Amino acid sequence: MDTVSTPLIALVGNPNAGKSALFNALTGARQKIGNYPGVTVERKLGRIMLGDGRPAEIVDLPGAYSLTPDSLDEEVTRNVVLGRQVGQRRPDAIIVVVDSANLDNHLRFTLELIGLGLPVVVALNMFDLAVRDGLEIDADLLSAELGVPVIPTVAVRKRGLDHLAEKLASVLTGPSIAPATLEEPPEKDRKSLTAEAHRLAKKVIIRETPTRQWTRILDGVLLHPVAGVLILFALLFVMFQAVFAWSETPIGWIEAAFSFLSLQVTAFTPDNWIRSLINDGIIAGVGSVVVFLPQILILFLFILLLESTGYMTRAAFVMDRMMASVGLSGHSFIPLLSSFACAIPGIMATRTIMDQKDRLTTILIAPLMTCSARLPVYTVIIGAFIPAQSVGPGIGLRGLVLFGLYVAGIVGAMLAALLIRRSVAKGAQGSFLLEMPRYQWPRLRDIALGLWQRAWLFLRRAGTIIFVSTIILWVLLSFPKAPDDIGTSQADYSIAGRIADGVEVVVRPIGFNKEIALALIPAMAAREVAVSALATTYAIDESGDEEAVTKSLGDRLAGKWSLATALAFLAWFVFAPQCISTIAVAKRETNGWKWPIFMVTYLFAMAYVAAGITYWTAMAFGLG
Amino acid sequence: MQLQIAPLRRPLRVDSIDWLAIPESEGHRLRSLGLEEGAVIEPLHRGILFFRDPLAVRVGRMTIALRRKVALAIYCTALD
Repeated sequence: MDTVSTPLIALVGNPNAGKSALFNALTGARQKIGNYPGVTVERKLGRIMLGDGRPAEIVDLPGAYSLTPDSLDEEVTRNVVLGRQVGQRRPDAIIVVVDSANLDNHLRFTLELIGLGLPVVVALNMFDLAVRDGLEIDADLLSAELGVPVIPTVAVRKRGLDHLAEKLASVLTGPSIAPATLEEPPEKDRKSLTAEAHRLAKKVIIRETPTRQWTRILDGVLLHPVAGVLILFALLFVMFQAVFAWSETPIGWIEAAFSFLSLQVTAFTPDNWIRSLINDGIIAGVGSVVVFLPQILILFLFILLLESTGYMTRAAFVMDRMMASVGLSGHSFIPLLSSFACAIPGIMATRTIMDQKDRLTTILIAPLMTCSARLPVYTVIIGAFIPAQSVGPGIGLRGLVLFGLYVAGIVGAMLAALLIRRSVAKGAQGSFLLEMPRYQWPRLRDIALGLWQRAWLFLRRAGTIIFVSTIILWVLLSFPKAPDDIGTSQADYSIAGRIADGVEVVVRPIGFNKEIALALIPAMAAREVAVSALATTYAIDESGDEEAVTKSLGDRLAGKWSLATALAFLAWFVFAPQCISTIAVAKRETNGWKWPIFMVTYLFAMAYVAAGITYWTAMAFGLG
Repeated sequence: MQLQIAPLRRPLRVDSIDWLAIPESEGHRLRSLGLEEGAVIEPLHRGILFFRDPLAVRVGRMTIALRRKVALAIYCTALD
């Protein structure tokens, strides 16, 4: 299709106006829908049909308060709207998305956008919530006052979309009064825009009935100076306990499925290198990672719920003072909490942070938040070395240890932030100025969709990065073949074993053995590869043993590692920046190699010291 | 009175803001959120434990969070 003649429509509006939901509803495409300012951290393109049957391209832009940007996110929006964004043509029309229940504030930006002269249609979004809040709005009057079509919409229920498409078609066929070069309005006009927005809002809101305001009632509890903190920490604790407690049964099913598969391969293939590749390489390696899918989904379920209900910004409010003590702000808490799922969206979400030094510090410490890729590593070690016993009502020792590892990551991150803000990112205290959206019921469909996307990404990773690195490792571990008469294990004799000899010299003082040294190399691609690498290494070493086929990696490790080594291994993974994708995204977001190199260096140093201290302390207590 | 010391859940009118005491980007964002001279606001919640920082304030139908430093630069009069 000819994209030059296809009109381009930009979806613009304040944060929390429901742009992402409207984009999804219009295009059928899917993206993350959150409820905190700045969830749309990237441009999203889609296609729609206009009311007259013509196709059009639509671009979803990050939320902004005006055309004078305060953050990188807002800069993208300003640049696209004014036609200054490299690689993106200027839009032919704008859909201004407005929260119906927040007209006073959102109409100011609407007026600014209308002032540009581009064809505009206003989507009076979340109309149902405004009615729920006791507002009665005259959309026709607003349209007459603004001089552009105004359509009430409920994006999440797909209401008003046909009408919106019709109006878009009509404004696109009309004459454009936009000048060839668009300029943002001068600052001095801003005050008059605010006054005009207030006048308009007052005029078009026909009735305002006080209703029970759930947001106020909930905020009374969730932002309470004492209860608010306790609830946040309780929520985080429940989240980490649930990761263990809820996942046990489905993990058992996946383990059983891979065991069955392995036995079938043993039964139906001759005992040669192909059987070893499938059983010791693919099934042991990929299977040992896929087994953690339930835990990763449980973690994402909590993150998605916190985002979609609007609680995430409350958590930022509660955490702001604590973050300020290390030179950051509550703004950093949102990307950091997202980093518990994955550092990549976390680092990208830092674009909403106004203060550039705050933003840089947040990027540099984001990899310290315990991402879901660490879960396979933690779970396998905890499962093998920590007894499954209860330490209190509903509190298991394993869950408690996992919680401790999360806390270690947080403490490490706060310590790092403190030092970074006092050295390489020195400057004035950052700011905290945040809009807190209304609470909303999470939509089951959006949550399910978010989980499905995560599951797919994880399985695709298991099928690509982990699959490939597992096979490469299997080859390196299997060749050359160790002669029977020299008494050396296959892993030791192999190419990989010889490479690991060099690494082992460096990591031996912190209690790591040769197998760990070997696993750390491919795990630079992704942390969970460490698990598949260990699984493959030990599977190859025991490949002659028929009973070992169904043995889990945990059982194998329990028999071969000391508790001191296991704890040091856990401490290493709290800090080590073993993720190529995170390093790449840090490079992209900081525009160069300087900061990613700094990040990798300081994190490896922290990992080494932490693992060393853990190992030496454990040895001193006789846990060797 | 300064917003920082205003009692909670009492509507206030913003009389003046010492814009020079607030970093430019924060001042701009504050205006974008509708918190400027003449606005009717209501402090709702103070931050955790004994810090009393940040402060959640209703501006129109919206709730915004701001820090003590900014709240100290906002001068208001009680409406009741």
